[in-house]
Amino acid sequence: MSKKILLEHINVPGIETLEVYRSKGGYSSVEKALKTMTQDAIVEEVKKSGLRGRGGAGFPTGMKWSFLAKPEGVARYLVCNADESEPGTFKDRYLMEKIPHLLIEGMITSSFALGANTSYIYVRGEYFYIIKILEKAIDDAYKAGLLGKNILGTDYSLDLHVQAGAGAYICGEETALLESLEGKRGNPRIKPPFPAIAGLYACPTIVNNVETLAAVPSIVNNGGEWYAGIGIGRSTGTKLISASGHINKPGVYEIEMGITVEDFIYSDEYCGGIKNGKKLKAVVAGGSSVPILPADLILTTANGEKRLMSYESLADGGFASGTMLGSGGFIVMDETTSIVENLYTFARFYHHESCGQCSPCREGTAWMEKILHKIKDGHGTLADVDLLWEIQSKIEGNTICPLGDAAAWPVASAIRHFKAEFEDYVKNPSSISKVKHYHNMNNLATA
Amino acid sequence: MSEIKFDDNSLALVQSIIKRYPEGKQKSALLPLLHLAQAEFDGWLSVPAMDYVASLLSIKPIEVYEVASFYSMFNLKPVGKCLIEVCRTSSCWLRGANEIVDHIGNKLGIKPGETTADGKFTLKTVECLGSCGTAPMLQIGDKFHEDLTFDKVDSLLDEWSNKTEHSKYLDVNTFRKN
Repeated sequence: MSKKILLEHINVPGIETLEVYRSKGGYSSVEKALKTMTQDAIVEEVKKSGLRGRGGAGFPTGMKWSFLAKPEGVARYLVCNADESEPGTFKDRYLMEKIPHLLIEGMITSSFALGANTSYIYVRGEYFYIIKILEKAIDDAYKAGLLGKNILGTDYSLDLHVQAGAGAYICGEETALLESLEGKRGNPRIKPPFPAIAGLYACPTIVNNVETLAAVPSIVNNGGEWYAGIGIGRSTGTKLISASGHINKPGVYEIEMGITVEDFIYSDEYCGGIKNGKKLKAVVAGGSSVPILPADLILTTANGEKRLMSYESLADGGFASGTMLGSGGFIVMDETTSIVENLYTFARFYHHESCGQCSPCREGTAWMEKILHKIKDGHGTLADVDLLWEIQSKIEGNTICPLGDAAAWPVASAIRHFKAEFEDYVKNPSSISKVKHYHNMNNLATA
Repeated sequence: MSEIKFDDNSLALVQSIIKRYPEGKQKSALLPLLHLAQAEFDGWLSVPAMDYVASLLSIKPIEVYEVASFYSMFNLKPVGKCLIEVCRTSSCWLRGANEIVDHIGNKLGIKPGETTADGKFTLKTVECLGSCGTAPMLQIGDKFHEDLTFDKVDSLLDEWSNKTEHSKYLDVNTFRKN
């Protein structure tokens, strides 16, 4: 059995309630941090742990915290990014729904470490049923003296609020999220200044993902070194993986980083193999934005080593033969899947979600969707495939925020690894109907 | 059309929400208030409804319009009593989202983006709702309906045919009163 930190108590009946959560040692990190540790000591433990941002970028959390400006008399904020919208990703939802107090505990301990007295959890609006769960949990935490004035009798005070988004993937980008939290359109800001210097209301602000903050209590309780001893290399600790697509057991799995991709896909502890006994064709390993890899390259690196579930191993080979861990949104496709049609759904997604601020992204994502629509319906030409390549290359690196890159990478990688399939769509449009309804394997009439 | 004015209960919630932000930063309450307005005023945001929210926050109407038009959950045109939102991005598509959309469309005699003549149902296709492991899925109000089959969809449509209220993302009790 793999090491469980975040999901250790997930199956305990009533773990969503404050009483049961506390009976399992919940909120002990708040007690320890507020009563026995200095703010700097907590930041130091998080640095030592090697914890990296779990939203997708993988930036070291302790380092991010150490950038926080602390001018006298200016409020500081901690904002939790719960705008989980990366296609293939549903782990934050799972944590907040099943064990909401873990996030709240992480928020209190982290807010104390950063010297924030007001913190916000920005939740995507589509998750309103989760907002209800969080509001109830926060209410209970206030009543128990874990939030509000003089927490647990100390001189530390914290107010914690939930903010509802309203349907915009771009608000998962931290500066767009802050704009949205200020009641504006979610247009990303030009950086610098980074939020750690000028964030919410132009005050120093740290924005962290749900899973990142949920890992903080265990680090404070057991020490940074303990956490750094779990996992492999610079991929310390555990990671939640959202597994979906053509597998026998879709769901959220906590893995110790370093297990093999092969084990993750085929072992009964995790995905349980490919549905209906089919063969594996391709995997998008870290949410829609990361490069898609064909079966051989996701299981084995270009050097012939077994690929591991870690930041470094998944990235091995660069974009020529590797990918990224990203958000851990692991989408599995069987041998019947049309890469062209799957890519079309991604291209449509990014076009829909582009905020429209930068021309390469606004115009480019629209063009990519149109061209892929044309190709998938059998009206494409070989020149269209080249044009698609050309457009993605001109978006990448030319936008204010990473949405442009995120839109370009799936297109580039699909063409890089599956060019023959694009050419087949163009040359043999009559063959398309044969591959079109592979996904009907899932017999909806009887499932 | 309901009168464009919150009742006392909702107005108390509005004040409580505004207090979540520092003084002078009440504009931060815009998204929650637009959600509340949409839930209370027939499921969409008319110009008078947006102007009303602007007045509650002492901001200009344009500051509300530009935000309402940015976010996909805000409806700027009337929708049916039951707004059906079907996810169709990758993981849902892999497990049959297109067939679910077609099935609903055929049953109701409408295409995505359209409302039935009796004003009962609107069918909308949306992008990833974070339900990839339980695909295919659709959302009605604040409820996720997952691992869909045609049978499940049929019983949902039956259930909603008999309801008189609007599907809603939230109500006045969703947010805690601080």
